[in-house]
Amino acid sequence: MRAPDLARSVARVTQPPASTFDVTVNGTPHALTVDNRTSLLDLLRERLRLTGTKKGCDHGQCGACTVLVDGRRTNACLTLAVTLDGREVTTVEGLADGDDLHPVQQAFLDHDAFQCGYCTPGQICSAVGALDELAQGWPSHVTEDLTGEVEPSAEEVRERMSGNLCRCGAYAHIVTAVQEAAR
Amino acid sequence: MRAFDYVRPESADEALALLAEPGTSALAGGTNLVDLMRLGVARPERVVDVDRLGSTEVVERDGSLWLGAGVRNSDLAAHPVVRERLPALSRALLAAASGQLRNRASTGGNLLQRTRCVYFMDPTKPCNKREPGTGCPAVEGLSRDLAVLGHSEHCIATHPGDMSVALVALDAVVHVRTADGELAIPAADFHRLPGDEPHRDTKLPPGALVTAVEVPLTPLAERSTYRKARDRRSFAFGLVTVAAALTVEDGVVDDVRLVLGSVAHKPWRATVAEDAIRGRTASGSVFDDAVRAELAAARPTDQNAFKVELARRLSVATLHELAGGQA
Repeated sequence: MRAPDLARSVARVTQPPASTFDVTVNGTPHALTVDNRTSLLDLLRERLRLTGTKKGCDHGQCGACTVLVDGRRTNACLTLAVTLDGREVTTVEGLADGDDLHPVQQAFLDHDAFQCGYCTPGQICSAVGALDELAQGWPSHVTEDLTGEVEPSAEEVRERMSGNLCRCGAYAHIVTAVQEAAR
Repeated sequence: MRAFDYVRPESADEALALLAEPGTSALAGGTNLVDLMRLGVARPERVVDVDRLGSTEVVERDGSLWLGAGVRNSDLAAHPVVRERLPALSRALLAAASGQLRNRASTGGNLLQRTRCVYFMDPTKPCNKREPGTGCPAVEGLSRDLAVLGHSEHCIATHPGDMSVALVALDAVVHVRTADGELAIPAADFHRLPGDEPHRDTKLPPGALVTAVEVPLTPLAERSTYRKARDRRSFAFGLVTVAAALTVEDGVVDDVRLVLGSVAHKPWRATVAEDAIRGRTASGSVFDDAVRAELAAARPTDQNAFKVELARRLSVATLHELAGGQA
């Protein structure tokens, strides 16, 4: 390695490239400067101390980190924070209206839709997004008629929630809770 | 993850100038690239964020549907014209990934996703695709999910996509922009076989940007579908997938497309089978003979021979379904 390259490499370790951006999280605007490598997940948990969003696989395979970005469900682990300039993020902490739980949160309580609870914030955010997609009439892999109406059947809910794993296996009640919230 | 500079250019021209520099990666939805960067498989020095440059419009023009490079997979699958007139595309997108990932993944980025071969994904292992000349441990290693058609001694990776398989069956054209101008690449030629250059997944010129995908709206495309065989019922890569289209008049096949996914380094257009079906009676035995002729070229490993039989059954069942019979 040539000397200037080495000096540059050392500089990048001691002072890694960072960027400045604006993002709104649960209604609160933030002006932030972060290491370019920071995921939205790490930004939420480590910087903004919003630890409701959980880290499971960190590869987009488990859904524990699901949040809403501009209202759409997204894996926070695969989102670089610096790409979010001007976006609005909603985490599980931002769903309730004061003391009034979001209907999906209430349904998860009413139907005992969890055991250990680790995947639950991701399940809830994912369900909020999935119900919005259903309300817009989006078809899914199990929808027989692509141009017809879609119903929140158990089969539809299972398919639409397949991006969220639950190692406790609380799926039966999660499906019931999401169906309840769809009503 | 290796430290990188982050740039979000305001225009395609600016992006193309930035992408001309070595060590630069274009970032769209990030669902594949960010993961590869975290794994140490992709190690760009500079990331050029083109996510907001790509058009998010889906427009009908001159008998085709034009899909902007920035259209999200979820929006595309739900688009009314796609659902009604390009069912294979909608079905392929809906069979891919999860709801969360489809909300991020873009049309342009999805075309450029990398293989999920476990050796490629593990930077501690040799891999000709990741590091040319280091060898391919998959040939005699874990090959269950890998290619049975068109592979070489240098690489038996598969292209893992679903959307791209449907696009080939729908005679789509990928429009790209380079520093020198614009280029149109048929979807069937966009991905390539590994040969002795397995590090090249596609024929996209270095530093170029996908701008749009053009999909002809034809009667054949309306009679298309997509089926996917995988290890679990949802959110898994395909073992074998099939995109097919079929038009039949008076019991005779007028036209057909048959494309296999997850069996080769590119979506595998089954031209041998198509030629044996076109103009013949739309029957199970014609389909079966044709698909068998296509798959005679298969060279499976000890671990993935099942994919050849799976490809035969899934292809015949899909054609049968399109012909109006029971799958």
